[in-house]
Amino acid sequence: MNGLVGTRGRPFARRPAGVRSPVWKADGLLIVAVAGLALIGTLLIWSSTRTWTADGTSMLKKHLLNLGIGTALAVAAATVDHRLLRAYTPLVYAAAALGLILVITPVGSEVNGAHSWIMLGGGFALQPSEFAKLALVLILAMLLAQPAEGDDRPRGLDVMIALVAAAILMGLVMLQPDFGTTMVLGVITAGTLILSGLRKRWIAALAVAVAAGGTAVWFLDVLEPYQVARFTAFVNPATDPRGVGYNSTQALNAVGSGELFGKGLFGGGQTLGRFVPEQHTDFVFTVAGEEFGFLGAVTVVVLLGVVLLRGLRIARLCEDRFGTLVAGAIVCWLGFQTLINVGMTIGVMPITGLPLPFVSYGGTATFANMIAVGVLQAIHMREQWH
Amino acid sequence: MIRLRGRLRVLRALTLALILLLGARLWQVQVREGERYVAAAAATRTRDVVVPAVRGQILDAMGRPLVRNRTTLVVSVDRGALERMKDGGKSVMARLGKVLGRDPDDLLRQIRPCGPTISRPCWTGSPHQPAPVAGDVTARQALQILERQEDFPGITAREQAVREHPGKSAAVQALGYLQPVTQEELEKREGLKAEFSGIDVAGRDGLESVYDRELRGTPGRKRVQVDRLGKVLGVEHETASRPGDTLITSIDAKVQAVTEKALAEAMKSAPQADGAAGVVLDARTGRVMAIASAPTYDPEVWTGGIDEADYRRLLSEKAGLPLVSRAIKGEFAPGSTFKMSSVTAMLRAGYPINGRYDCPGSFMVGGRSFNNFRGRALGVMSLHTALVKSCDTIFYRAAFEQYTKDGGRHPRGRPKEVMANTARAFGFGSPTGIDLPGESPGRIPDRAWKKKMWAATKDQNCRRAKIGYPEVAKTDPGRASFLKALARDNCQEGDQLRPGDAANFSIGQGDVLVTPLQLAAAYAALVTDGRLRSPRVGWMLVRPDGTKVKEIKVPVRGKLPLAPYERAYIKRALSQVASDGTAAGAFLGFPMKKVPIGGKTGTAEVYGKADTSWFASFAPVHDPRLVVVVMVSQGGMGSQTAAPAVRKIYEGIYGLAPKGEKPAPAALPGGVPASRPPVILPDGTVAKKIVPERGRVR
Repeated sequence: MNGLVGTRGRPFARRPAGVRSPVWKADGLLIVAVAGLALIGTLLIWSSTRTWTADGTSMLKKHLLNLGIGTALAVAAATVDHRLLRAYTPLVYAAAALGLILVITPVGSEVNGAHSWIMLGGGFALQPSEFAKLALVLILAMLLAQPAEGDDRPRGLDVMIALVAAAILMGLVMLQPDFGTTMVLGVITAGTLILSGLRKRWIAALAVAVAAGGTAVWFLDVLEPYQVARFTAFVNPATDPRGVGYNSTQALNAVGSGELFGKGLFGGGQTLGRFVPEQHTDFVFTVAGEEFGFLGAVTVVVLLGVVLLRGLRIARLCEDRFGTLVAGAIVCWLGFQTLINVGMTIGVMPITGLPLPFVSYGGTATFANMIAVGVLQAIHMREQWH
Repeated sequence: MIRLRGRLRVLRALTLALILLLGARLWQVQVREGERYVAAAAATRTRDVVVPAVRGQILDAMGRPLVRNRTTLVVSVDRGALERMKDGGKSVMARLGKVLGRDPDDLLRQIRPCGPTISRPCWTGSPHQPAPVAGDVTARQALQILERQEDFPGITAREQAVREHPGKSAAVQALGYLQPVTQEELEKREGLKAEFSGIDVAGRDGLESVYDRELRGTPGRKRVQVDRLGKVLGVEHETASRPGDTLITSIDAKVQAVTEKALAEAMKSAPQADGAAGVVLDARTGRVMAIASAPTYDPEVWTGGIDEADYRRLLSEKAGLPLVSRAIKGEFAPGSTFKMSSVTAMLRAGYPINGRYDCPGSFMVGGRSFNNFRGRALGVMSLHTALVKSCDTIFYRAAFEQYTKDGGRHPRGRPKEVMANTARAFGFGSPTGIDLPGESPGRIPDRAWKKKMWAATKDQNCRRAKIGYPEVAKTDPGRASFLKALARDNCQEGDQLRPGDAANFSIGQGDVLVTPLQLAAAYAALVTDGRLRSPRVGWMLVRPDGTKVKEIKVPVRGKLPLAPYERAYIKRALSQVASDGTAAGAFLGFPMKKVPIGGKTGTAEVYGKADTSWFASFAPVHDPRLVVVVMVSQGGMGSQTAAPAVRKIYEGIYGLAPKGEKPAPAALPGGVPASRPPVILPDGTVAKKIVPERGRVR
């Protein structure tokens, strides 16, 4: 620690904000890992959607377009000094909240039972809850990056404000309802709070509160029946193999049947027969498991691991609390989605509708993930200025 | 920041743990247990589809098809798809009814699965298999359904092989019909661990049922790849089906047609007739050349799922039970046609063959007078004349004498029962063993049968003997008092063979029952070599390319208890019946010189009904090749209904006609049955000329 941490009231360190940093200072390994995931994802989406239309490439093209836009957004994010970003954070937060409010009004559209989309026409749609994740990361980092005087723990008031800010977004997402995204937001909140140096007894108190809240939710019938059923099916998939256990069983069949080397790209019979639902989005990992086998599936997991570890490294190397917290929160976000998404296809997590970062089809998720990578790079490049 | 760094380290550890956890679990799922999931995936991804084997044809003795296959457009309904609809598919079925011009409720009845409480019309196949509701739909109707699948979800129209009977209703009861196989039937089929598909069919009656295993062939198996919705994506592998064997029968389609026509005309000529049967046997071999039962029905009703009205009609008493083959299932008193058995019994009991026997107008048996036909006394005569003129009293006397010798009502020791045992030796009282299902055994009312019958009916009879038949008395007091007396008799002494029972039995009356086929088989044995054969319809099974699989032999059941000269004596007597005897009227003008015909008329009384008319015949008398038996239930006298029908059959076979009429071409020129089955060439056609067997000089 050389005292150059951007703490409240102190001028920013060595380099003025807004000055561009050289591209070669970016984290190359992170770029390689994300590019690798995007490439694999593209192949998997192609494979799983090639029978949808006559030429078989319409979804592929859309995905490539999404990736292109996402890359542009990532580059744009990387060029913005993250300390500047901090200044815009309240705006980002307000925009995300507005988007979430908009989506539950008639402006939003319902897909698969969740009112989560704003249709843009031409087959494109926006999913504000994806941006909400990003907004939450920023607002939490902003609020919790200001430690109390003579301490490196956040101030009690800031924690309270952070909890309220998180609760607002989570509540709005819950209204859609989107249980999975709510959980992601919860994990981001918990992760950022813990990283920010919250006292252990506060953590314990919050954990108790969450547990109590969870119990209340379970017993007060707040959950939709399908959510309860999914959980039951996770605990015991044999309950109803044709119904709620179906997805889990079919996902395992697809992944397991890939064995060590997989059946080759386009060679997956389970994929071709579309036994697993949503196999270009939430269940895209089953295609990896079936067609690329254990080697391919592990590659995806390892690449995601590389992204997470690079993110943690960036967090560690960052010399200001805001940057560290942003990077750490992004790792929590992407890590949790990886755990849930991969875990549900191999029977270690309940079925939850969350995309696999950088791999699943989905415009907004791709954009949000790519911006997150861009932000990570921005943090990294500023800290490489020595 | 130190605390923050510390917590980052924890997060790093968690991340590493996450990668390890997922990696380990993937190893477990994909590598260690991979095979299990490969199998599970294959099971969900593929479906085994049964490729039905082409069912073997059934040919006649000349190689003409009796049953062949043709393709038809069949409309099927997937019940599962209907059930998933909000209205249970009612609107779809209403639309389908409109296209097919049928009542939608009727269609719905056809597709409900059969069960203990649901009888036909219903679907006997698997509930997961589309049930056929209409066969032979037009291409236009099929297109209407296929082109507007959004209006007809779950409804398909596709080509399917179905049975076709070129002879329409000819021999339909003997040929049988097909129905979807049931789960139990499929499980019974050995070596075939097929999944129940519901498209397999099974023969349900007649030859289709008896030779089902051979005709069926072996279905092929196709493993197709399907998607989540069951749509077929491609074929993974396929094993070809093996078509069924062709069954060559000894039936001659033309003789069959002649027989059917004669029966139909006989039914028309006798106003009360409610059923008829005709059997033509190759006398020497015991092979069946024609087997007919009237009324009959068009087997097309089975194609594409039978509808309710048709099925009701097939089972209705009013329509004359057209499903039942009266030739093998109809049990009737044989009347005088039975006398050849009684003469044989007399010979075995020691009555001299050259003896002279008095034929009075009536004979007292057990205090009751048993009369000749119309009570006429015919004087002293030989057994020969007794058969020709159909004297009854000679047989009454012989039967009564034997009955008394056995000990009458209370026999000491083991009675000989020569009359009953001789009848058994002629094959009566037990099924002939023909290769057709559901044959009736007939009935020999001997002492043992009486006892058994009495034990079963005693309570009912004794009750009726007391209370009478008040419900019958309201409309028919005469019948009621008769029934009451009968019940009293049966209650008190029903276990005893009464003298009257013995007398009646000797002339084929009373409780004795035979089937037309039994009578034909007995006559065939009598007029040829004395061997009683178990008739066969099937002759040979060949592969579709003509390779012989096996010949179906005609088993010999036994030997008649007659020496050759005795057989010749009886045959000689019977040979005179058509020219000088009871059937002379029916054969007036028939060219007996050309085709000499022998036989015996029978007129069996049935209480409350018109007489059963019989004629059992053979031709030519010197060296019989054919045995023809016709029975007309409620047809009146044998000489009036059955004998003219038999005459028509012979006229058809030999190509003869009554004077002044133009004869049709002979159905069987010369009246000589085919000596060997037709030769099927490798291309499936029938060889024109009969190829002599190797080493045989013709």
